[in-house]
Amino acid sequence: MSGHEYIPKSKVGKWFNDRLPLLTLANHLTDYPTPKNLNYWWTFGGILTFCLITQIVTGLVLAMHYIAHADMAFDSVEHIMRDVNYGWLIRYIHANGASMFFLAVYIHIFRSLFYGSYKSPREIIWIIGIIIYLLMMAAAFMGYVLPWGQMSFWGATVITNLFSAIPLVGEGIVTWLWGGYSVDNPTLTRFFTLHYLIPFLILGLVVLHIWALHVPGNNNPVGIDIKKPSKDTVPFHPYIVIKDGFALLMFMIVFAFFVFYTPNILGHADNYIEADPLVTPAHIVPEWYLLPFYAILRSVPDKLLGVVAMLSAILILAALPWLDTSKVRSAVFRPLYRQFYWILVADVLILGYVGAMPAEGLYLLIARVATAYYFLHFLVILPVLGLKEKTVPVPLSITEPILGGSPNLATAKNKESLNN
Amino acid sequence: MKSFFKFLILLFAFLGTSFNSNSAEKVEYLKTDWSFKGLFGKFDRGSLQRGYQVYTEVCSSCHSMKYLSYRNLAEKGGPEFTIEQAKAIAASFEVKDGPNADGDMFTRPGKLSDKFVMPYENVKAAQAANGGAYPPDMSVLVKARGGGVDYIYSLLQGYEDPPAGISLDDGVYYNKYMYGNKIKMANQLSDGLVEYADGTTASVEQMSKDVTTFLMWAAEPHLEARHRMGFKAIVYLIILTALVYFSMKRIWSRIETEV
Repeated sequence: MSGHEYIPKSKVGKWFNDRLPLLTLANHLTDYPTPKNLNYWWTFGGILTFCLITQIVTGLVLAMHYIAHADMAFDSVEHIMRDVNYGWLIRYIHANGASMFFLAVYIHIFRSLFYGSYKSPREIIWIIGIIIYLLMMAAAFMGYVLPWGQMSFWGATVITNLFSAIPLVGEGIVTWLWGGYSVDNPTLTRFFTLHYLIPFLILGLVVLHIWALHVPGNNNPVGIDIKKPSKDTVPFHPYIVIKDGFALLMFMIVFAFFVFYTPNILGHADNYIEADPLVTPAHIVPEWYLLPFYAILRSVPDKLLGVVAMLSAILILAALPWLDTSKVRSAVFRPLYRQFYWILVADVLILGYVGAMPAEGLYLLIARVATAYYFLHFLVILPVLGLKEKTVPVPLSITEPILGGSPNLATAKNKESLNN
Repeated sequence: MKSFFKFLILLFAFLGTSFNSNSAEKVEYLKTDWSFKGLFGKFDRGSLQRGYQVYTEVCSSCHSMKYLSYRNLAEKGGPEFTIEQAKAIAASFEVKDGPNADGDMFTRPGKLSDKFVMPYENVKAAQAANGGAYPPDMSVLVKARGGGVDYIYSLLQGYEDPPAGISLDDGVYYNKYMYGNKIKMANQLSDGLVEYADGTTASVEQMSKDVTTFLMWAAEPHLEARHRMGFKAIVYLIILTALVYFSMKRIWSRIETEV
């Protein structure tokens, strides 16, 4: 990538590197030319890597003390909270870590939507990202089942029952998923196994995600192709490393606040009641990060179509590089798209809100409108907008934009011209 | 950078509102000052010890606390009874043990390592003795209720005569803070019900506060350690963030780009 061949200075290094070019890889990673105008929205890739590692490490320690058995799971979690040294810390980091992970991934995804990072030549990075996101949801859902509280049990019952909507084989599939005729011990043990497996699949996909990123290089706020290396780029180390580190520390402060001062606010109180198959909670709600999709599911009156709508809402993202017909990547130069972008953000937040509310009356109506708009955005607005929209002139490079001055000035001037 | 923070603040505000609205019915709970809230929140030792007294003398005849052991009573961050006191407390309970060498079960005085003795053999026995309603285990009760400590504190003081038009079955009571207002537990507290060893006046309000404090500790026995560590961790992170910020400025000053 960096354009020159790397030769280790020491003899041993050269001997080793000729056989396994790990040093070349390390050199590629540190030299990796990165656009110098990346803003703080670009730091969430590094933050997400931190989240994944944190979840894996704390998860390993928890797994040493947790017992995946319907009669003992809840007790073993309390054992971790009370008697394991710093067990409360590890568990609260893991539980809140899941929320932090999703918070970061949503910012990461919406950054990509704003700056058009999913467009050619970065479609594969984007699609791998969607698969990672799907796996994250699966891992988070199964992880929430493990403490075997009321929400664990009933959440698992609701979600697995979705498969019964499949015609003909649905019921059979549900029985197969459960390992019996209801959510019970076999369900818990398999969910634990899969919950342990999925993070490592994600780790592998993250390697592919970064590999695919290093072929075309990063997109940037201006959204133009840049020469690499050039005046427009800086080496990843130390410039991006320190900037990512700074952003990560800010993120960790927020994370620490949740862990140490409001560790249970993101969870549901009912999950501190041991699972009881005979008592259904008043409202079964998933964790906050799944709420928008839960709202879409419930907004369709038919069960099968509801499931189809929910899955489509995620899978439609994979088709995004082809649905968005605009040649211009960054929303900075797309005055109309920018407005629709913020409407979409609001739409998803509204879906999340109504997902937490009972599906009745006004809430249901709002959920239906918001669901319809969600699909309208991707299926109609984006394809049409790309063809009709009058975009603002795009600079030729980051350092020498058409308007002169610094790259940020170029962006600022463009914004100004838009406002006028 | 500015818009970035604005967005984060908005996002958190949104998350905050959407979680609070999870509880379907809004009731204004009674408010009191909890010493364990806030950055440096700690339990009030006296309140914890009095709360334990209320628990053993009143609640424990129906409610179990299966995740607590007598040793916890002497541990740091809890009621901090002396080891001797905790041993004496444990010894005042009969614990079923065995089988012994002859294969028989036997009872013996409790030890520090024993779990709190349960009032009933099992859930079914508890239900049978309480008109079909299982008195919930109190170990994590505070965390298992939406309103947390405020809810428990209010509930204990929320017994009222039912409003006109509401008829109650036998063994069902009216409580304005209970979900649906109908509760199978009768009003348990009355002024002067227990005689506090430290001479505090045992008003209903005082006992509610003490026992709720005790329940909070039971649910979060490491709360004090968590607050202490949290403060240190966050101060450490803030200092490190500042240092990294200035290093970043320094490094980026080599090129003409703002960070």
